[in-house]
Amino acid sequence: MYPFTYVRGDDRQAAVALAAEPGTEFLAGGTDMLQLLKDEVRRPRRLVEITSLSGMSEISSGPQGLRLGALARMADVADHPAVRDEYPVISQALLASASPQVRNMATIGGNLLQRTRCAYFRDTAMPCNRREPGSGCSAIDGENRLHAVLGGSDHCIATHASDLAVALVACDAVVVVTGPSGEQRIKLEDLHLLPGETPEKETVLQPGDLITAVEVPPLAFARRSLYRKVRDRASFEFALAAAAVALDIDGGTIRQARVALGGVGTKPWRSHEAEKALTGAKLETASFEKAAAAALAAARPLHQNGFKIILAQRTLIRALLTVGA
Amino acid sequence: MSDWDVSRRGFLQTTALTSGGFAFAQFVDRHGALAAEPEAAPSESAPARQRVTLQVNRTSHELTLDPRTTLLDALREHIGLTGAKKGCDMGACGACTVHLDGKRVVSCLTLAASAEGRRITTIEGLAEGDELHPMQAAFVEHDGFQCGYCTPGQIMSAVALVGEGRAASDDSIREFMSGNLCRCGAYPNIVAAIKSVAGGRA
Repeated sequence: MYPFTYVRGDDRQAAVALAAEPGTEFLAGGTDMLQLLKDEVRRPRRLVEITSLSGMSEISSGPQGLRLGALARMADVADHPAVRDEYPVISQALLASASPQVRNMATIGGNLLQRTRCAYFRDTAMPCNRREPGSGCSAIDGENRLHAVLGGSDHCIATHASDLAVALVACDAVVVVTGPSGEQRIKLEDLHLLPGETPEKETVLQPGDLITAVEVPPLAFARRSLYRKVRDRASFEFALAAAAVALDIDGGTIRQARVALGGVGTKPWRSHEAEKALTGAKLETASFEKAAAAALAAARPLHQNGFKIILAQRTLIRALLTVGA
Repeated sequence: MSDWDVSRRGFLQTTALTSGGFAFAQFVDRHGALAAEPEAAPSESAPARQRVTLQVNRTSHELTLDPRTTLLDALREHIGLTGAKKGCDMGACGACTVHLDGKRVVSCLTLAASAEGRRITTIEGLAEGDELHPMQAAFVEHDGFQCGYCTPGQIMSAVALVGEGRAASDDSIREFMSGNLCRCGAYPNIVAAIKSVAGGRA
């Protein structure tokens, strides 16, 4: 770790003002930050701990939907009765993430802003455009079995690692942000940026911007939702492919659908193509297969990760079959 | 037992100091349990130390620490509680598991400063005097370890798991123990030990 000073923020505006200064980062659960500090991928001169900030840990639900404080811990959100009953896809995505210890530590805001698990990003001896703009992408011609088939560019193909973000983006979640220029609400779908030519710019957030909450609008048919994750081992592993789905069913017909994919995209991947294919379709396997094909139609395989195109389609079809049964 | 621990550590430290090999010293510093402080990056001056008060096993410890010090290093190197182990130091193996305010966490990914004001429980705080915690006794009874390096973390995790109500089935125990690795492969006996404690409570 490079040297840093540590400050505990106990006032939201003061913490935001501090974090807007160069070389300063927020520290919440620390589960990703400590790894990045130890790997010297991040070298802040100052950390502002925000876990003592008030009013940012509550979980509530009501007619306006679900509100998750950005400092709520993953384990607490996963076990919250309203999340389990009304948005099972969110609870399941959380329980499929990390380990019980990490879920007791990691926060909702931090989860959304976790950095990619691309091994080249986390190895400072290797070129990486995301970590060091212009240095090149080691993965495009290197070890890329775990990399994205959707949303990549010639500069970066790293996957976004969060399961929670995939479930939330399927539910039309909005992040509430406080920053030097005031409060704003950003659709989660618009929070993360595609790598394009500037993979180092991962989100639309500016220095000092602090996610204070995540809001999920009411979605009655989210009770019929599911998160399906496929990985190299049964537990405590990142996704090779994952699907978050919710279906609004009327008899044998699909009225509406929500579909997002994990493990295959450079950002949490909402598939409007799959949703369009499902809307008004018959509740049958053929409809799910069409939707899966639509979801992966734009996929671009590299030399090791082509299997993900088939795997993601099968994962999505299985998720739809389960939730549609 | 603790006397033996201290003398073993003293021996290892002496060995590290006298071996003098740069590569070895580097290895110990970066990966071993012997590093007293986080390594300072070259050409960067170390930041000012800060006072941190930690409540560990119902005892208060006033420390003066480099801000980079993890809770794990504070416990092991500054307080002398070497029960929590340093395995991967990256949150993947669970050997460093302790309880913060009764919840299990990995102490290697927690800054010591972040743990100030919280109730910290380590494996040393589980027993009541000479009487083992039921989970410790169950690990002995069911032979839930071989080399023992992961055991303090396994037991801290297992105690929390029972409290979380996740011991209803073997599958649930396995899933909710997934944050603790055992390279010896004592998993079946660890599951048996946890079941025996959870069954006794039901």
